[in-house]
Amino acid sequence: MAVVLALAITVITLVSMYLFTVKTWWMPPYISEYGQAYDQHFMLTLVICGIIFFLAQLGLAYAIFRYRDRGQKVHYSHGNNTLEAIWTSATAVLFIGLVLWGSHIWARAHLQEAPAGAVQVEAWGQQFTWYFRYPGPDGRLGNTKPELMKESIGNPLGLDPDDPASRDDVVMPVIAIPVNRPVEVILRSKDVIHNFAVRELRLKQDLVPGLENRIHFTASQIGRYEVPCMELCGLGHYQMRTFLEVMSEADFENWLRENAPETQ
Amino acid sequence: MAHAAGAHAVHEAPTGFIRKYIFSLDHKVIGIQYYLLALVAVWVGMILSLYMRLRLAWPTEEFPLVGGVMTPEAYLSLVTMHGTIMVFFVLTTAPQSGFGNYILPIQIGAADMAFPFLNALSFWVTFLSFAVMLAAFFVSGGAPISGWTGYPPLSAVGEVAGPGLGLGQTLWVVSLAIFCGGALLGALNFIATTLDLRAKGMYLMRMPLTVWAWFITAILGLLAFGVLLAAGVLLLMDRVAGTSFFIPGGLVISEQIISHKGGSPLLWQHLFWFFGHPEVYIAILPGMGVVSQILSTFARKPIFGYRAMVYAIMGIGGLGFLVWGHHMFISGMSPYSAIAFSVLTLSIGVPSAIKTFNWLGTLIGGRIRFTTPMLYALGFVSLFVTGGLSGLFLGQPSLDLYLHDTYFVLAHFHMVMGVAAIFGIFAGTYFWFPKMFGRMMNEPLGKLHFWITFIGVYAIFMPMHYIGIAGHPRRYAETSGVEYLGSLQPVHDFISIVAIVTIAAQFIFLFNFFWSLYHGEKASVNPWECTTLEWTVPSPPPHDNFGGHSPVVYHGAYEYNVPGASQDYIMQTSPEKVTH
Repeated sequence: MAVVLALAITVITLVSMYLFTVKTWWMPPYISEYGQAYDQHFMLTLVICGIIFFLAQLGLAYAIFRYRDRGQKVHYSHGNNTLEAIWTSATAVLFIGLVLWGSHIWARAHLQEAPAGAVQVEAWGQQFTWYFRYPGPDGRLGNTKPELMKESIGNPLGLDPDDPASRDDVVMPVIAIPVNRPVEVILRSKDVIHNFAVRELRLKQDLVPGLENRIHFTASQIGRYEVPCMELCGLGHYQMRTFLEVMSEADFENWLRENAPETQ
Repeated sequence: MAHAAGAHAVHEAPTGFIRKYIFSLDHKVIGIQYYLLALVAVWVGMILSLYMRLRLAWPTEEFPLVGGVMTPEAYLSLVTMHGTIMVFFVLTTAPQSGFGNYILPIQIGAADMAFPFLNALSFWVTFLSFAVMLAAFFVSGGAPISGWTGYPPLSAVGEVAGPGLGLGQTLWVVSLAIFCGGALLGALNFIATTLDLRAKGMYLMRMPLTVWAWFITAILGLLAFGVLLAAGVLLLMDRVAGTSFFIPGGLVISEQIISHKGGSPLLWQHLFWFFGHPEVYIAILPGMGVVSQILSTFARKPIFGYRAMVYAIMGIGGLGFLVWGHHMFISGMSPYSAIAFSVLTLSIGVPSAIKTFNWLGTLIGGRIRFTTPMLYALGFVSLFVTGGLSGLFLGQPSLDLYLHDTYFVLAHFHMVMGVAAIFGIFAGTYFWFPKMFGRMMNEPLGKLHFWITFIGVYAIFMPMHYIGIAGHPRRYAETSGVEYLGSLQPVHDFISIVAIVTIAAQFIFLFNFFWSLYHGEKASVNPWECTTLEWTVPSPPPHDNFGGHSPVVYHGAYEYNVPGASQDYIMQTSPEKVTH
């Protein structure tokens, strides 16, 4: 029994670790300024956890095998305070050091403001679709009113026709951004909590009704990236998906112009 | 301080069937009632997870009892009810209220709990709560679809936001509020009993680690369930009385304007997780106690670092109240507080690591007997390590930026508070069954059950880490809605097949349990050669536990293989001298 259990734990440990290293299922390549630091810190955490995992599980397997009942004499001991002090302080330093070491990624994403001149996009979540609003040529996002929010008449975000700033706002079901330029996304929700997540950006943020959460990033690769909703929002949650389209500056300007509202 | 145990046998042994087995005041009967409630609940919760796995692997197939192809909303109601039932009616109920109720008074030398009537009341309140929760399946609209965390506005605005969010959601929140009432009564009782009813000589630092774990868990329950009760009442008011604690102004759902204004969805998250994180430890601490007890017993060696273990339980309990914000890193909460919460979260890894080191220290130098309870205790250690380590990722807000709400989170908490805690329950069941029912469980069947379950849970939950790293979101009814999820579908198929096998293996346990009740080998007073007080009384113990006499305690709980002793263990009640 002891041999089989020790063997089972060893095999489970090695197979689990192997499947982490082959990266068959893994993060896609990053496209934001957080990506490199994120992936490095992820790997550091993975290596540290891997070492602890290996030592703890194989230590357990070894103890099971080595100290199985063969009629040997038991070593009577109630513990060892020196050992307790060593492993308590060692794990404290390691764990707290790890979190502090990696906190610069969080700080860069959330304690720093978006750079001045960042492209502003307002993201709106609603059951089970997305809308993105751009300020238009006047550079200002106009007023919206809940009572005007009607998809059926083509005004899902309730743009206020009485506000001149609203009239040139561009509303789209996908988010397009220019490559290599800082972008700030202001996240809002019409109904329940949703979540804006782009794997390649290594970013994720809830859209909470009543709040205006903000994220900022610079995408460095032209392409089309999926944006699945990551916060349970109702029966269509699994279908609430849009795309982040990273374009050249010129394509982005064109895209905005083509999709501008017809009546100014 | 310590009292004579017999003085607290305030109630006579009942003679009628109803007072003896239904509305009993005997902590042993109430403990078994809690255990059986959890046993029913775990089968309900497990069948729900089976249907989830069936839906995920074969989304277009029809399965019995669902009436056609399962809808996405049916999947989400399974998600919600599986989580709720497992967390409240299994992980909170069996290890603490079940085993704690039965074993704690005997282990400290008491005749019963301090407040037998409150004890019975807390069970029947919990039973009512379970009935109300199950009723949510059968009302119009069905069970709620907002997850076990019930985040508003989804859970607050009613059926306009989706099916199951009407009466089903109301019953859900009413059930939770009732549950909190029962849990608070139980917590008070455990604390008073541990502090006041210990036998002569049962000093705090002689208490078995099981008692420490139940005691600290009760304190956590007292502080946490009150907050959930308040949150639940506020949510109920938002739903039925037109208040707006959690619902902000200006909501538009399906082109309907919601008339509430001024509430905060994040307020619910703070209140919920102020309860919810300590709840994780409410689920796992009793398992840690049981595992410590069993490892020492079957390694025939004192627990390594008893004091460190006690302080670690206290440390986990205390820190457990300071880390709730790590569930909310990406919610829009202040990013500065995220740093503080993350440092505190990683700090909780320290007492957890202490426990693991001490368990290994207990095994090393021992003479291990591989009984079924010991296999489950060893399995617990392995699973706890595995599940705990993924917490090092999720506790860091920087890494949570990608991993939040993915299957990685699912893998983490299922490993550490799900199956590890369940392994604690299995270990406790195989260990105390002889004491509770007077018969041994079948060992070969127990071992077969262990092997399939142990390998099964690894094969189910390890792959969830990988698809989580690939960015698979939680709570998705299927993978068809997002292109990159298509390549992860084979992993779902694999997990589902293993889950079917592992769930089938639980029939072995069920059969063993009921077969052994009637046909198991008769248990002696102390079949495992263990040192604690429950092993000094008949199996099962008489109504007042110690037959009117008051035990006197001379030792700590873990005196195995003391040099020069007459046998390889010294009972806590044995006056035999121990020279360290």
